[in-house]
Amino acid sequence: MPHSVSPEPTPHEDSPMPQADAVPIKTEPDTQTPDIDMSDAPIPTNAESTKVNLDDLFDDDSDPEFGSSIPQVKSEEPSQRSPSPIKISSKSSFSDPEIMRTFYQRLFPFRYLFQWLNHSLVPANDFAHREFAFTLPNDAYLRYQSFATADLLRKQCIQLLPSRFEIGPVYSANPRDRKSLRKASAFRPLTKELVFDIDMTDYDDIRTCCTGASICHRCWAFITMAIKVVDVALREDFGFKHIMWVYSGRRGAHAWVCDKRARDMDDSKRRAVAGYLELLKGGDQSGKKVNVRRPLHPHLDRSLNILKDHFQTTILAEQDPWAEEKAAHLLQLLPDHTLRAALQKKWDSSPSRPSPAKWADIDALAKSGSISKSAKDLLEAKQDIVLEYTYPRLDSEVSKKLNHLLKSPFVVHPGTGRVCVPIDPRKVEEFDPLSVPTVTQLLTEIDEFEWDDSDKKIADWEKTSLKPFVEFFRGFVAGLLKDEKSGVKREREESGEAMEF
Amino acid sequence: MIRHDYSRVDPKRRANIDHKKRQFANPEFKQQNYEHRLNYYILPPTAEITLEEFETWAINRLKVLSELEACSFRNRTPEETAEYMTSILNKYMPLRSNSSRSQSLQEERKKDHYSHFILRLAFSATEDLRRRFSRLETMLFRLRFKDDDLRERKEFISNLNLEWEEVGESEKREFATELAAASGIKKGDEQEWFKVDWERVPELVEQRKVLLKRGKAYVPQREQMSLVVAEFTKRLDEALELTARALPRLDEDDRLAPILAHLSQSFTSPDAAYSSSDASIDGLSAPTANSIDTLSKHFPLCMQNLHMTLRANSHLKHFGRLQYTLFLKGIGLSLDECINFWRRSFKLMTDEKFQKEYKYNIRHAYGDVGGDANRRGRGYTPYSCQKLLTEPLPGTGQSHGCPYRTFTQDNLVALLQRTGINDRDLLKTVREDVSKQRYHVACNRVFEHAHKREIKKVKDDGSWSATDLDTILHPNTYFKRSWLLKHLGEGNAGMANGGDKMEE
Repeated sequence: MPHSVSPEPTPHEDSPMPQADAVPIKTEPDTQTPDIDMSDAPIPTNAESTKVNLDDLFDDDSDPEFGSSIPQVKSEEPSQRSPSPIKISSKSSFSDPEIMRTFYQRLFPFRYLFQWLNHSLVPANDFAHREFAFTLPNDAYLRYQSFATADLLRKQCIQLLPSRFEIGPVYSANPRDRKSLRKASAFRPLTKELVFDIDMTDYDDIRTCCTGASICHRCWAFITMAIKVVDVALREDFGFKHIMWVYSGRRGAHAWVCDKRARDMDDSKRRAVAGYLELLKGGDQSGKKVNVRRPLHPHLDRSLNILKDHFQTTILAEQDPWAEEKAAHLLQLLPDHTLRAALQKKWDSSPSRPSPAKWADIDALAKSGSISKSAKDLLEAKQDIVLEYTYPRLDSEVSKKLNHLLKSPFVVHPGTGRVCVPIDPRKVEEFDPLSVPTVTQLLTEIDEFEWDDSDKKIADWEKTSLKPFVEFFRGFVAGLLKDEKSGVKREREESGEAMEF
Repeated sequence: MIRHDYSRVDPKRRANIDHKKRQFANPEFKQQNYEHRLNYYILPPTAEITLEEFETWAINRLKVLSELEACSFRNRTPEETAEYMTSILNKYMPLRSNSSRSQSLQEERKKDHYSHFILRLAFSATEDLRRRFSRLETMLFRLRFKDDDLRERKEFISNLNLEWEEVGESEKREFATELAAASGIKKGDEQEWFKVDWERVPELVEQRKVLLKRGKAYVPQREQMSLVVAEFTKRLDEALELTARALPRLDEDDRLAPILAHLSQSFTSPDAAYSSSDASIDGLSAPTANSIDTLSKHFPLCMQNLHMTLRANSHLKHFGRLQYTLFLKGIGLSLDECINFWRRSFKLMTDEKFQKEYKYNIRHAYGDVGGDANRRGRGYTPYSCQKLLTEPLPGTGQSHGCPYRTFTQDNLVALLQRTGINDRDLLKTVREDVSKQRYHVACNRVFEHAHKREIKKVKDDGSWSATDLDTILHPNTYFKRSWLLKHLGEGNAGMANGGDKMEE
């Protein structure tokens, strides 16, 4: 069973594999298939090829955390002070080595990423034992990387120029040492944020505006609805506070639930949360996908209230899901034979009726008497339909496993060039995926930045449209650290109490 | 302020044995008194029993557990299981309630207690055994909990000291509607509620059977079982872990070890139902990528469905690919041919994409790549019906699993008709089977119908024994039997089992 396969050691020790043989995996962003996930099938890596020279790693004249092009009067090495601007032409691809290098050097917020994963300002095992996995420019996939500090991670990124990297769990030992441990069982995942992945591909059977990898504002509305429903459930029902939503760079969103309580959950609890939030069941052949008991569970009731309005606008008006012969599916979802036959007759004569009219027809015909079941049955069937078309479709496998890897926030999506920026759940309606800055755009913004006369030093990201996102992230991390700190203090007090006698 | 440390034993009461001498001191054995029928098995037994009792008690409990497991494999409903298990429990492990006033009450409970701990020793060695043991013991506990005397059950629970916070009247009133909606209880009914951290009732949360508020789950009295059972499993898992660690240090002569080893061996894994001998079918030359289309008429419905979906879409999603690849591996398709098969089937895909994203997973399933354990085990075993029937239902766009379970009845019938099953009566009975969740019965029925003539023939001339025609519980068995039946008289009659036993 693939999903129970724990991350296995990479094969390069068992069979010496020349690095040219390393099997490259998924590069083309268009080919992103949600059903391949990184954590199950071990993927060959060419770890050998990337053994970092220690001298390089501890190269002492370290770059400042954030490059800045402020004129430094005292600087003796003008060449180091400001990386020479790179030419950005329309031809340059987003994962062009020069672009990626500049991005990691000057824009990526390593410091906050470190604080976020470390849960404290002082380097600790939460960060040091955390697995990172890099997708290298040659498409090799490099797992079990770990770093003691933000600086070392940054160095490695600048050196390897990964097109993206993913974040895994905190292990019981340093992932890099996993093979030298005396017992294999000493290496096991301990904690990880509870994560969710919503991907537009799961909506392909109900979205009519785009298919596959492309998105538009209309279909982004599906993601907006999903975020609203999941976010409120996580906060109100499960009591989680630190939930970060991140744009996945193309057509989806990820959630990272960072509360300590969430991080410590084992697989059975993750499965419970995923199950609680999952509603649509069954493959393409199973007919009606929503089958819930009545009265509706408070979570579903609340979700239905949130989704009702979206159903009118997003689904009926914009998506027009039952145009022409697609109306057959709608008929299939209605339990009432008499009503179905009446609707069929009506729509056969005017197949081009828009979806809102068809939706209204249901009630109109029911009222005029073409109904064999009770009005309550019809209402429930209609509620089920609303839920089928609007309720979040989560890729639940991602959430169920502690050792699943998920793409880090703020990396660049190699296909679109867009940065995976956090989404403020309070302003989720305002988020526009198509206006998220691309890496090339950001680099241009740095170059075009105009100095005012104040000699305050500002970081490069502050000169760009990435600023609000990094600031949001910083605020989020600060909130997390604050809670984390008081939690630690409380623990210490409690244990101190027991020791005193 | 000087605090009193409660964990310390009063020095006067402490057993005054020098720690060096303690190992020579006479242990104080104590006959336990069993007040309740149910047992959380917290204290291990300390009294003496004979070697014979040790063995028979363990074997009896094992018998009960394996019957329970068989019930879950046959997809019996809880009610059916309870009914079926009554006679077995009465025969091997009777356990009566206090109210029965039976003479042998203590004796029965002692046997239950001891046999549990003996099996705990036998099944703590590996992770796999531990997981199975804990699952089956939980099932047994649940079964007994359900039919326990109400009053005694209450006493048992109050004895456990589980920390449950009761929901106050005002809170009950405040959330009345929500509480009722969450648990499906009618509003008027008076109910007691408990408030616990949701992590303690993951099962109820997953099925959305409790109200959640800020991390607290409001559990109705009725669902108490879930809490008690979850707690039972949790404690058992922890204890098994500890036993496993203590096992190597077991100070033991050679009287118990062989018994324990024997016990755990006879508890063989059901997944072993597939044996590699299934791959070699007499008279069937090694299948190739080209021959799959022809062979597919012998496939069970689950695989035919995947095959048709694959042909229709030129693509299959991950779990469908995995299920089908393993099945093909099971019928003897070599790795090269399998890669070949998928490459050709994904007509619309570029070579580069195929190599990059799909080839590795196929090789991994065959054990050609991956970690040491995977390669030594030659990849995964083909999925059994049990596996297909218990895994989560497919999501949108996915087509894996058992169609008898995942399809609506209408779609199922349409699918069957497409594979050439048109008999009206048969389709009607299939519908009935499916509505009772007897998926494998439906599948076997379809098999028997499709091979009616051949089965009659082998039965009449006695060339196949009854075991050769036993219920099919594995897609690969389905294929093998179908192929052999349709190729009778080609020098392979009576070879259904090809020498090796294939099931259990």
